[in-house]
Amino acid sequence: MSSETPTKTPEAAAVPPPGPAPVKKRVPQGHKRLLTRRDRITLGFMAGVPTVLHVALVWVTALASIALAFTSWDGIGFDSIKWVGLDNFKQLFTDNPQFWPAVEHNIIWFVVLILIPTPMGLFLAVQLDKKIRFSRVYQTAFFLPVVVSLAVTGFVWQLVYNPDTGLINSLIGANKPGHYIDWIGDPHLNLWAVLIAASWRHTGYMMILYLAGLKGVDPSLREASSLDGANEWQTFKNVIFPTLRPTNTVVLVVTIIEALRAFDLVFVFNKGAQGTELLSILITNNIIGESSRIGYGSAIAVVLLVISLAVIIPYLIATFRKERRA
Amino acid sequence: MDLSPSGLSLPSPSRRSLLRGAGGAALLAGAGIPLLSACGGSGTASDPKTVSLGSNASDAVPKKAFAEIYAAYKKQSGITVDVNTKDHNTFQEQINSYLQGTPDDVFNWFAGYRMQFFAAKGLASPIDDVWAKIGDNFPDAMKKLSKGADGKYYFVPLYTYPWAIFYRKSVFQQHGYQVPTTWDQLVALCKQMKKDGLVPIAFGDKDAWPAMGTFDQINFRLNGYDFHVELMGGKASWTDAKVKAVFDHWSELLPYHQDGFMGRTWQDAAQTLVSKKAGMYLLGSFVAQQFTNKADLDDLDFFAFPEINSAYGQDTVEAPTDGFMVSKAPKNKAGVTKLLEFLGTPAAEAIYLKADSSVVAASSKADTSSYTPLQKKAYDMISGAKSLTQFMDRDSRPDFTSTVMQPGLQKFLQNPKGVDSLLSSIERQKKTIFASS
Repeated sequence: MSSETPTKTPEAAAVPPPGPAPVKKRVPQGHKRLLTRRDRITLGFMAGVPTVLHVALVWVTALASIALAFTSWDGIGFDSIKWVGLDNFKQLFTDNPQFWPAVEHNIIWFVVLILIPTPMGLFLAVQLDKKIRFSRVYQTAFFLPVVVSLAVTGFVWQLVYNPDTGLINSLIGANKPGHYIDWIGDPHLNLWAVLIAASWRHTGYMMILYLAGLKGVDPSLREASSLDGANEWQTFKNVIFPTLRPTNTVVLVVTIIEALRAFDLVFVFNKGAQGTELLSILITNNIIGESSRIGYGSAIAVVLLVISLAVIIPYLIATFRKERRA
Repeated sequence: MDLSPSGLSLPSPSRRSLLRGAGGAALLAGAGIPLLSACGGSGTASDPKTVSLGSNASDAVPKKAFAEIYAAYKKQSGITVDVNTKDHNTFQEQINSYLQGTPDDVFNWFAGYRMQFFAAKGLASPIDDVWAKIGDNFPDAMKKLSKGADGKYYFVPLYTYPWAIFYRKSVFQQHGYQVPTTWDQLVALCKQMKKDGLVPIAFGDKDAWPAMGTFDQINFRLNGYDFHVELMGGKASWTDAKVKAVFDHWSELLPYHQDGFMGRTWQDAAQTLVSKKAGMYLLGSFVAQQFTNKADLDDLDFFAFPEINSAYGQDTVEAPTDGFMVSKAPKNKAGVTKLLEFLGTPAAEAIYLKADSSVVAASSKADTSSYTPLQKKAYDMISGAKSLTQFMDRDSRPDFTSTVMQPGLQKFLQNPKGVDSLLSSIERQKKTIFASS
């Protein structure tokens, strides 16, 4: 999701000019011959195939899952779908001991990501932007966790946190009876343990985003501010950071999305056991597997969808308003 | 979109999305493969000389053992078994869509509720004709396990293995411990082991299912087999005082369990028994797989979970059983019947056991002469049992055990005092799950 948002707009902006403009010059007679048969077929395909795919893969599935949220279905035969109204949601809000902790953990996830790795990434980006030696090496090193699959990341951190043979417990001698620190299992610790791993990864991601933003800052701004006698911190605070505003918006949205879709790391880490429940994991546990509870899982998915929309829609409105003004 | 296109920014996001795309493609391909292979398997089965079989035996040892059975069958009957192996967990997770699509004629599955569920949904064929021939080979407990809720046979068992308390003979000898036969003796032994600097009971519940094994043992020792069945079938209430008593007993034993179990896998827990740091370990006999050293393996022994309630003694054994079922519309019905008749013979079981010595034959007529002492003991324990249970997640609805019981038991282990509110929460969730179809 996150990678799509940044790439979409440039494409959309780039598409209109090449099409009709040159054709018009060559065929001035009238708009009937504006496009040849072949052009029309090609265009039809180019517009039609993505539309069909988009409707089938995004809209139909999303709407189907919303509809399923009001049913009870074990996934065997369409005739076993039973309409249950709001029962799934009622159960979810009142009976499911994992639901509210999951919502809470998703929120904690977001708050931690925005408070720790994001400023950290900005800090690293500012340092790397100073054209220090081996800058490329550092960039690669910090960005590596983002490139590595989260499943692998989860596995690596599991080796660090393993209660018996893990790195931390072996170093501090906490793997003897009576002294155990159960990083993966203890519900007071495991969310934070996994958040360290998530932050480690997110820092690299934020660093790259900010680095890109910093490259776009006009060097003359820095020059002007140093001529005015501003020190490094003042320059950053009063000149550089304000020009990073567009980047900050992207960072905010990316972080929200990361917090809502947090899944793979935890799933590998401890399958979302007590202390690390997440909405995405509840959905998976309920839908995937034998004799699945598809209706109930869909209800959780709808809750997640509503939360995402509540966050994304105001952002989109603000962006479009800005574009219209420009 | 707001990224500046200068410098390094452009390649990075695009490389990123490219990787994402590659990952997505791999995922799609991964999801596609089992579906495709399922189609391929059934497509070739139309001729009378082949029977297709969907297998979950993806590990090397069982895969080879099954292949040898099918080779022997081909020699005997001239019918080829076209095996279609899938990753064990994937097979389990996709069983729903697999059985609804175009499944193979025969497929590997488990006895118990998990089998009856698909039988009741009409996704499996009854095989009473097969059992008319092989019925004499099996004890009554196995027959009971192979029937659906409608009383018809749906399952041919191949092998089984017991859950019990495993220990090292040398450790018991060294400290002069006696095998406990009652609950009080067990608790006393735990106390003594703790005094002697051992971890009394090795434990790892990271995968969330080992705790279900402990619950099962205490439950059917305390409340008997019938209550186990009622509770697992959703009929008995989880707020019943009988269930509460199970958790009370468990709480008594909990301080003697290995620390830090929530983050430990069963394999790691088994290692503490291998290294003689732990005195006992309650697990299935597959724990022997972790004893790679021959001397250690010979030193391994087990005893049945001690008696708690004299009304039930030690009459129940938890013995998960694996075997075969027939899909709803097999292409080669005659060949399937013949194959299952062969699989129900002691000879077929013997071929399997030769390759995999961590389990025992399901048949009461199997030749036990080549068994290891551990296998012999397991075999005697199972054939002497009055009732056999499967395992919580095989005896109950899988959606109930995975979404309610696994987190529920983990919650109890973290906070044994909060058991009352936990049980009423389990009961509420159970009601809605069992009410839905």
